[in-house]
Amino acid sequence: MFPAKFEYYAPKSVKEAVTLLAKNKNAKILAGGHSLLPAMKLRLAEPSALVDVGKIKTLAGIKSAKSGTTIGALTTHATIAASDAIRNHCPAISEAAAAIGDWQVRNRGTIGGSLAHADPAADYPAVMLAVGAEFTAVGAKGARKIKAGDFFKGALTTALKPNEVLTQIKIPAHQPSSGCAYVKFAQPASRFAIVGVCAWVKLDANRNVEKASIGVTGACANATRARAAEKALEGKKPDDAAIKAAAAHSSDGMDCLSDIHASAEYRAHLVSVMTERAMKAAVERAK
Amino acid sequence: MATQIIGSTVKRREDPRLITGNGKYTDNMTLPHMAYMAILRSPHAHARIKSIDASKAKKLAGVLAVFTGKDLKDAGINPLPVGWLLPEIKIGPHPALAIDTVRYVGDGVAAVVAEDRATAKDALDLIDVDYEPLPANVDGEKATQGAPQVHAEAANNVAFYFKIGGGDADAALKSADGVIKQRILNQRLVPNAMEPRAAVAHYEPATGQFTLYNTNQNPHIIRVLFALTTGHPEHKTRVVAPDVGGGFGSKIYLYADEIVAYLASKTLGRPVKWTEERSENFKATTHGRDHISDVEVGYKKDGTITALKVKTWANQGAYLSTFAPLIPTFLYAPMLQGPYTIENVFCEVWGTYTNTTPVDAYRGAGRPEATYLLERAVDLVAGAVEMDPADVRKKNLIPAFKENYKTCMAYVYDSGDYPAELEKLLKMVDYPKLRREQQAARKQGKYIGIGLSTYVEITGAAPAQVAVSLGAGAALVESALVRVMPTGKVQVMTGSHSHGQGHETTFAQIVADQLGLNVEDVEVMHGDTDKVPFGAGTYGSRSQPVGGAAVYIATQRVIERGKKLATHMLEAAEADVVFEGGKYFVQGSPSKAVSFGEVALEAHWPRKVPADVELGLEASAFFNPANFTFPAGAHLAVVEVDPDTGKVDLTRYAAVDDVGKVINPMIVDGQLHGGVAQGVGQALWENTVYDENGQLLSGSFMDYAMPIASNLPLYENARIETPSPVNPLGAKGAGETGTIASTPAVANAVIDALKPFGVKHIDLPLTSEKVWRAMHSRVVK
Ligand SMILES: Cc1cc2nc3c(=O)[nH]c(=O)nc-3n(C[C@H](O)[C@H](O)[C@H](O)COP(=O)(O)OP(=O)(O)OC[C@H]3O[C@@H](n4cnc5c(N)ncnc54)[C@H](O)[C@@H]3O)c2cc1C
Repeated sequence: MFPAKFEYYAPKSVKEAVTLLAKNKNAKILAGGHSLLPAMKLRLAEPSALVDVGKIKTLAGIKSAKSGTTIGALTTHATIAASDAIRNHCPAISEAAAAIGDWQVRNRGTIGGSLAHADPAADYPAVMLAVGAEFTAVGAKGARKIKAGDFFKGALTTALKPNEVLTQIKIPAHQPSSGCAYVKFAQPASRFAIVGVCAWVKLDANRNVEKASIGVTGACANATRARAAEKALEGKKPDDAAIKAAAAHSSDGMDCLSDIHASAEYRAHLVSVMTERAMKAAVERAK
Repeated sequence: MATQIIGSTVKRREDPRLITGNGKYTDNMTLPHMAYMAILRSPHAHARIKSIDASKAKKLAGVLAVFTGKDLKDAGINPLPVGWLLPEIKIGPHPALAIDTVRYVGDGVAAVVAEDRATAKDALDLIDVDYEPLPANVDGEKATQGAPQVHAEAANNVAFYFKIGGGDADAALKSADGVIKQRILNQRLVPNAMEPRAAVAHYEPATGQFTLYNTNQNPHIIRVLFALTTGHPEHKTRVVAPDVGGGFGSKIYLYADEIVAYLASKTLGRPVKWTEERSENFKATTHGRDHISDVEVGYKKDGTITALKVKTWANQGAYLSTFAPLIPTFLYAPMLQGPYTIENVFCEVWGTYTNTTPVDAYRGAGRPEATYLLERAVDLVAGAVEMDPADVRKKNLIPAFKENYKTCMAYVYDSGDYPAELEKLLKMVDYPKLRREQQAARKQGKYIGIGLSTYVEITGAAPAQVAVSLGAGAALVESALVRVMPTGKVQVMTGSHSHGQGHETTFAQIVADQLGLNVEDVEVMHGDTDKVPFGAGTYGSRSQPVGGAAVYIATQRVIERGKKLATHMLEAAEADVVFEGGKYFVQGSPSKAVSFGEVALEAHWPRKVPADVELGLEASAFFNPANFTFPAGAHLAVVEVDPDTGKVDLTRYAAVDDVGKVINPMIVDGQLHGGVAQGVGQALWENTVYDENGQLLSGSFMDYAMPIASNLPLYENARIETPSPVNPLGAKGAGETGTIASTPAVANAVIDALKPFGVKHIDLPLTSEKVWRAMHSRVVK
């Protein structure tokens, strides 16, 4: 339980953080520490320096605007779970945040840390994909935007460059007659997702599904969209039978993981069960 | 007036200190000039050590010394002891640090002692060990079938073979109306006490005195084993087990780490502290269970069970831990008759070596394995004869008895009323209504299951006659010293040890109740061989029936001693003096009395007693029980299974137990609650998984699923009391009943829920995937 030696910095601004990251080879950003510190204590990670972004006030907080909701990277899971603004705008995010780990984890862990860490079984990624979130990353050359769809590259791998700080998560504005929901099947030990599914649907004037977007986490090396199921639902009247039929395609083409908690076959099955449940809830909310 | 303190709920006196962070655990101990030790552990399950190069580690600033197995051998330190010697047992020597060969992932290879913990840990990375990996064997049964040999001493990896029986199981199986054969596994568990192990070894060069502070459940036994292993004289050894954060059996044994710490302290002339990390605890602290059994059960059409024949392979891990051979033998096989009138039982057990962490007692130790197997067998019979599982149990339960029910094997049950327990339970939950609700739910596609478990277990080890006849070589006794001070306050010294059980409360209740004092006037001390008299320690639910009994007897002796003094103070004849409600008086004239406090004062500052009367007011007692005690009960679980995912929700849990005379109902409830949680954990979540190379895949809380409060319902529990005739308190053990009974109750409930799918058995733990596969007729992996 003793990490290897490291330097510690607590910058007051994102700019300072970026400079420190550039200066220190193998430096890592420290946010809530709930993924990084365990890895360091087990010596699976041995960064030369920690750049603690926890003192950068501008990184935390939730802002609602017409164009959507902006969540600062340093906002904790607990804050997100308790936010009325987020629940009203996009309840799937609240559901994902509330389902993370336990109170201790939710009180310290941050959304930016979770997304940057990109654990294959983390909850938020499914939601980010389904609702089409957009991330802001700041590096030496300034800020850039990354679409959720371009962000998750593999297990523990994202589009972030080593010296970039993820600063903001933007959830697009609510569209009329749309709804979203996140449903999770938790691994009994870690409580991470064996499978977590977020469904977002928009109904047309006839109450048929105009557009569906489904994000799946836990099943594969990184969170992905269940495109076959989305297609199968679009244009349909979302009754139980149609939802079930569409959900049956949710794991099409997925290369599901297999471990001591769930075989690939079971994971694929859970993807369809969770997709069905998430779709039903999302449709209810869209109505 | 403080009467009837026995049997009343007194709040745990240890809790304020423990829950406010003021407990004093081994790792809180800091001695002047203390150094810190870390252990390098084998990453291989089986490998030859070709060389160990510690030169770089020794050069790291702050490193004081590095020890290897050779250093221990050169210092004349013996391999770790095995404390239960079955006939023809084959002991593979267990050096505290490996010599030549490592035999499981976690086996100690070298120890670094440094000025601080972080440096010791850093230095581990600098030790170069050249391993030649060898093929590993991890399966307790396959170990005997041409698997890689763990110890040259044990052919086919068989450490011991044991058999016991009563009646004629083979004949009874032949004449039975039906026989069911089933393979039943009892998976390996990690005890996971809240506090991992720790030790502070303090050798004082000036006096040759050695003190070991460590996380143990039995300081006196540790002292004996330590002295035998190291050669350090017992009378110059002090073992202190301060506050200990749970043990569940895993802290009974003498471990390698404290032996190494002893040598380090002796070599350096400084105190040395070692604290286990959680991930080390998963590998280096003993595991529990791990049985593979083939069961044959014979029955009559009316549900009577006539025969049980069992073959068990008990995986012992890479070495025999201190009490390992006892667990799958005497605490298991002779308990297979359970609470039933089965007259023909036969069981044989192979204790086998594998390249895995050593296995020893874990809460329940042997009885959970026996009870789970038997309770599954009873439900299989119920299925075969198409009777309700409650009715099959009623048919087979032993009728009420006040003492001495002779089982068909080794044990004589002390007292019990098993049918009354089941009746009370069924009433408590309105069983017929539950079954009706189950039927109604099935019609709506909801799968509710109801599971029963009626059990009897064995506690209060160990009476000499029985223990000696079973190969223990000796009884396990307890002693107590009750010392009354001049102000009438009392100190109780017990050889028993509390690491969560609440002795400081319950033992004080016994004394206060007898002496007519308040609990606050009695202080209980334990856990320090320099302070307290001999005791075999706390495990196997023996503290109350053996340790508590010793306290009770010593207290009676204090009363008798006090009577002699009171006789003179009252100027009466001793035969006429009685002690009641904290006062001595002449029978019939309670108004002219001397209080216990006045007698205590007289005992130290005599004014009236003549010179020839012995002063002081204290007494000690050893209690050497005449028999074990046998708690029993009936438990019921209700589950709901999600047919889409196989996920099991435990929705209701009810229990009726008989633990004999109850000293403190709240503490007994607490023991039951924690025990049930652990048993539910085994039924549904906990699993220790090794891959075929002997790598532990479930080596952290990220992968080893412990039960948590939000997964458990509120428990409903009640008791019946059949006092044990074995000890003066009438107490049986209460520490393990929940663990023993709950695993089969929950498993039976899940399998009951799956009845419409034709499912008859699934092995533990009943994970969502296994249940889902069983429901959908997929191969259950
Ligand atoms: C017991 C336990 C249970 C958990 N259960 C769940 C669960 O059920 N579901 C779930 O989703 N998660 C779970 N987690 C993970 C948890 O959500 C973590 O908090 C989260 O993954 C990391 O966030 P953090 O703020 O703690 O980041 P840290 O641990 O501080 O950092 C994680 C990684 O992200 C990088 N990083 C952090 N912030 C930034 C940033 N702003 N820009 C760029 N890089 C950054 C760090 O350098 C590091 O590599 C669990 C964790 C624990 C310990």
